[in-house]
Amino acid sequence: MSNIRFRNVILNKRNLILETEFTPISSLAGGALIGLSAVMLMLTQGKIAGISGIVSRILPPSIDKKEFPQSILFIIGLLIAGPIWYVFFGEIPSQTVSNNLVILSSAGLLVGFGAVLGNGCTSGHGVCGLSRASIRSLVATITFMLTGFITVFILRNIMGL
Amino acid sequence: MKTLSTLISGLVFGIGLILSGMINPLKVQNFLDLFGTWDPSLAFVMGGAIIVTMPGFWLVQKRTKPFFNDKFYIPKAKDFDIRLMFGAGIFGVGWGLGGLCPGPALTSISISNNGIIIFVFTMIVGMLIAKIILK
Repeated sequence: MSNIRFRNVILNKRNLILETEFTPISSLAGGALIGLSAVMLMLTQGKIAGISGIVSRILPPSIDKKEFPQSILFIIGLLIAGPIWYVFFGEIPSQTVSNNLVILSSAGLLVGFGAVLGNGCTSGHGVCGLSRASIRSLVATITFMLTGFITVFILRNIMGL
Repeated sequence: MKTLSTLISGLVFGIGLILSGMINPLKVQNFLDLFGTWDPSLAFVMGGAIIVTMPGFWLVQKRTKPFFNDKFYIPKAKDFDIRLMFGAGIFGVGWGLGGLCPGPALTSISISNNGIIIFVFTMIVGMLIAKIILK
């Protein structure tokens, strides 16, 4: 947590620091890069940069053989981003991840299941879909934000995690 | 060129996620904690992405086809259904629980020494289950 600066330190019931610094400039710039990537993928492949779609289409039982190499390449691109960042900046921005394995594994299960059932995730619906003014994506984005708000509220205020 | 362009798209996406702060699950959860330690950064990430993607998609689709594929693969469905809302709802619960969605989770595998790998493993299991059910 060394490189997160805190204005007012707010601790949860397990004495973990909850507050993160509001970063409008770097978040806007990072978002612009995500947008640039989405435009690049559309220009070169004609594909929506939806991460859940890119991952799920190469999974059984219906493996998309035609898209397999491109999906793998995009995923390799994601995987090398961190190491390349490290080479240039010498450190990786800190992450605070839950150490509760039950929570983490159920979170993964729900995210994977929900993304395939709902035809997309934060990138496919939240970025690409909203940029195409898709009503379906707007509905999906509002829905997952709403259930996300409720989940964090219950997690922090009722379960005290 | 086809190979390189897709690799670079993934790389730029990953760098964007790291720069934006979205690889930190706590930051994502704080966006979702409206009445607590609210951190509005995620809204700026989406804003920044849409500011680029909206005109970008519009310009790109003035072409008849992309550089390295036969056509643009744009989702055609217009009407929203219960399955979409149910799926998105479940996705949001998992997103709030872990503070992770597929992009940041995958990007983190190569730089994290924590439970993110467990998240990615169960996420793939979740996708498999959904694909089998939908088949």
